[in-house]
Amino acid sequence: MALSEQDLLLLQAIQGGLPLHARPYEMVAQSIGMSEADVMQRLDYLQEIGVMKRLGVIVRHHELGYRCNGMCVWDIPNDRLEEIGQAFSAYDFVTLCYERPRRMPDWPYNLFCMIHGKDRDVVLEQAERLVRENGLEDIQRDVLFSTKRFKQRGAHYGMCSPAKIKEVVTCAK
Amino acid sequence: MRKIEPVELDDLERLLINELQGGFPISQRPFYDVAMRLGSDEETVLTKISSLRERGVLSRFGPMYNAEKMGGGLTLAAISIPEDDFDRVNDIVNGFGEVAHNYKREHELNMWFVLATETPERVQQCCNEITEATGYQVYNMPKKQEFFIGLRFEA
Repeated sequence: MALSEQDLLLLQAIQGGLPLHARPYEMVAQSIGMSEADVMQRLDYLQEIGVMKRLGVIVRHHELGYRCNGMCVWDIPNDRLEEIGQAFSAYDFVTLCYERPRRMPDWPYNLFCMIHGKDRDVVLEQAERLVRENGLEDIQRDVLFSTKRFKQRGAHYGMCSPAKIKEVVTCAK
Repeated sequence: MRKIEPVELDDLERLLINELQGGFPISQRPFYDVAMRLGSDEETVLTKISSLRERGVLSRFGPMYNAEKMGGGLTLAAISIPEDDFDRVNDIVNGFGEVAHNYKREHELNMWFVLATETPERVQQCCNEITEATGYQVYNMPKKQEFFIGLRFEA
């Protein structure tokens, strides 16, 4: 994947957010000495190759009334993991589904899915649907509700720091 | 526990939130394009997005990067902390710049946080530093496989 020095400057320029201005890409372009057309073309490219997943908004779901976020965790036998992971992903109330490593003996669960809901009982019922409809009655599982959110920020991965830019550019040469 | 009251939204704000979670145009007048799609006007859309941000409904208006593709590291980690020591540990953990979100959950492992780091190696380092600073073991549980990521919320 070829990221130019300019791409990294661009990623850094917008990582805090897009300007709320009628011509946001022109403003960004001016700030880093590019043309508006180039900024748009590079952003299309960065989106296409997946460096940038998308532009848009991230909501704070609590503020929208989604105050029950249930992390459903499952100890799925390895040979059924693929099947169950796919099956869970098809439910419209499942917002994320990942395999993660077990940490024995304290943590036997290898499949994580999130259910975000406005009501705790609804989330529990949805988790039960996953159990019933996928024959998981004998599977060890748990639902961990969050009781308090301490920090939620957009991910500033920091990889656009000047030091990082230098490093990446150096590697690319 | 801190109560967050749901924010009152008007119809256009709901439309905007639902629409912009799917993406934002890359064009000369993107707010105008969004406005046309939603039957509004450019000025109103700009004002609404600004207001949604100020009211804390949007945590972000801009790009979502792929940490791994950018050479960064990402993980979910957990700690088991006695209730009477929770606040102290919480302050320490949140003091790490790499901690992107942090939730208290009902379980023996009662603190769950996401680490987003500049390099993949930094993930484990960061876990070790948190262990050292807090005195508690950090369970590092990086994603092994992604089945689904569709995190969107109907407003």
